[in-house]
Amino acid sequence: MLLEKIAEPNEESRLPLTISKQESRLYMSFMYVAFISLFIGGMMGLLQTLVRSGTITLPWGIDYYQVLTLHGVILALVLTTYFIIGFQFSLMGKTVGISQKQHKAAWLSFWVMVVGTIMTAITILLGKANVLYTFYAPLKAHPAFYIGLALVIIGSWIAGIVNFRQLYVWKKKHPGEKSPLLAFMVTINMLMWIIASIGVAVAVIVQFIPWSLGYAETINVLVSRTLFWYFGHPLVYFWLLPAYMAWYAIIPKIIGGKLFSDSLARLAFILLLFFSIPVGFHHQLTEPGIDPTWKFIQVVLTFMVVIPSLMTAFSIFATFEITGRRKGFKGLYGWFKHLPWKDVRFLAPMIGMLAFIPGGAGGIINASHQMNAVVHNTIWVTGHFHITAATTVVLTFFGITYWLIPHLTGRTLTKSINRLGIIQAIIWTVGMTIMSGAMHIQGLLGGPRRSSYSEYGGTEQASEWIWYQIAQAVGGSILFIGILLMVFIFIKLTFFAPKGEEEFPIAEEEEDATPTPMFLENWKLWIAITIALILFAYTIPFVDIIQNSPPGSPPFDWPIGNS
Amino acid sequence: MKMHRSEEIWLIISVTVLVLSMVVTGYQTFALGMGPPSNTETIDPQKVDETAPFDEPGVYKVGDNEYEVVMTLQIFSFTPGDIEIPAGAEVTFTMTSKDVVHGFQIAGTNVNAMVMPGHIQKITQTFDEPGEYLILCNEYCGAGHQAMATTITVK
Repeated sequence: MLLEKIAEPNEESRLPLTISKQESRLYMSFMYVAFISLFIGGMMGLLQTLVRSGTITLPWGIDYYQVLTLHGVILALVLTTYFIIGFQFSLMGKTVGISQKQHKAAWLSFWVMVVGTIMTAITILLGKANVLYTFYAPLKAHPAFYIGLALVIIGSWIAGIVNFRQLYVWKKKHPGEKSPLLAFMVTINMLMWIIASIGVAVAVIVQFIPWSLGYAETINVLVSRTLFWYFGHPLVYFWLLPAYMAWYAIIPKIIGGKLFSDSLARLAFILLLFFSIPVGFHHQLTEPGIDPTWKFIQVVLTFMVVIPSLMTAFSIFATFEITGRRKGFKGLYGWFKHLPWKDVRFLAPMIGMLAFIPGGAGGIINASHQMNAVVHNTIWVTGHFHITAATTVVLTFFGITYWLIPHLTGRTLTKSINRLGIIQAIIWTVGMTIMSGAMHIQGLLGGPRRSSYSEYGGTEQASEWIWYQIAQAVGGSILFIGILLMVFIFIKLTFFAPKGEEEFPIAEEEEDATPTPMFLENWKLWIAITIALILFAYTIPFVDIIQNSPPGSPPFDWPIGNS
Repeated sequence: MKMHRSEEIWLIISVTVLVLSMVVTGYQTFALGMGPPSNTETIDPQKVDETAPFDEPGVYKVGDNEYEVVMTLQIFSFTPGDIEIPAGAEVTFTMTSKDVVHGFQIAGTNVNAMVMPGHIQKITQTFDEPGEYLILCNEYCGAGHQAMATTITVK
């Protein structure tokens, strides 16, 4: 202990740390899986839009829903989780450091996740798990599908525990100091992830695995769906928060500015932790068996989670304006015009931010209780998460890729790669506008999501939808070109870009910033409030669901060709 | 923790909008009965055919231009299908699933409900506009999911 006291913080140790070669290998491993997933998942997306527009039929007896399951699992669960965990490890490594032991545990998390991913992927490829990534009971996949998923979740928990340990060790060494902002944010995100994924882990381990193995005859369908959506909404915040990390603490540095407010950023993240979880019923609004009063209460809680996002929007645009004015750009919009539009590290996330304006508005519509009936399970919802997850989040992740990969591989983002990146961002925007726009409109007309090509008996209503499905195929094809370009850029940044040093941008506070109040680090209190809110939102309705449960459902495997 | 004055204004205005929309939503839900379908009756999912009213699915006249449609949903069909009702009729659909989770949606209306095994779902709609409406399953239920559709004709 004495030794550590001596080694205590001089100003130097507070500056971003250097990422060693050994660490880079760890972080890059997560990125490899992420970009392989992007390629495979993207190709599956393209196939879907082509099938559904009536352009092609799949060869070799491949089922549309098999392709759809692979697309959902590999992009929504694999790409996101690997990218996020790799990115978050690099943030922790840069701000609080990683010890040898933690490093080993981090590798363990990687391999546990990889084993799980491969198990799940093989099951899907063999056509034994055409249950889509929500795997709603009583459709039954092969047990290996569920066991693989459980391993992915357990692997991600190990990563989260390593992150907690990293911050804890740092805090021990820096008593009385506030934690680095990015480390604080990573810790919030992993806390939320672990608390939320307990729900799906319980469903998978207690309900699905014994039932799919035949040890349990029936499954409680509503309980499994409720546990899934207890996890399913925070899941989307688990994707969004790393994007917010970049917006709050990285983009300001890229545009040559400072942090807007360290304390407000922390407060926003704490509010996101509170209100991301006790809101799952807004995905189950049209379901029987759930007390309507509790549905409404969770809708109100859902609206609370809008507030930290509004704070985020304000902070970010305030940073843009302050930075622009400081650089001397005059007029009402001078600061906006002179943002570094030609720097892809800024442009890609910026398009993501702008997409979140219609994306967030669409989310409010979906969660608006009775208004949900207009869009529930229509392809509007698919359109919604393609402009939020697949644009806001993914373009921000691409924006991170442009500096993180070369930083880790000891290369540089050259002018020509930057230009390719700008083209990539534009292709993405065009493709997504066409595809997601068509999905939104078709959804409002009643077109369902998650459905293969169908003329629905030639009814007049369905005949109007085909044009939107063709537009989705056009958008999907453009997006696939964008994916190919992105994978090319990734390969280039990993193996071929010129050697050099690429900056790991982390924004600093203003010289005269007001100090961050220490109560923001009161982790026990934040966890207690989070759990209290969950207990408030779920205890009564969940007990009610269990007490009024009907007899369970036996497994159905033949409808998905798994008998 | 000091907030910028304009940020305070921004948050006050937007939170007011959120609160107002919640008040309107709550009023519509609880005072006008426009809440989403949330029936809480249950049934043994393996004995649907033997349990009333699902032992005799069909369209029943229950009042002056009021109808009840007792319907089972199963892979990949609706029973009964090709329903006909007069214009202006108020129709209550009483539904359950005989196997997996299905969705019940009438395109071009606000009728949209999950139909789950073990649960009885109810949803009511008044059909003023004559025409043929497409009923489709909007929850993935297996390889033939896209074929699970029928119609309701308002005359």
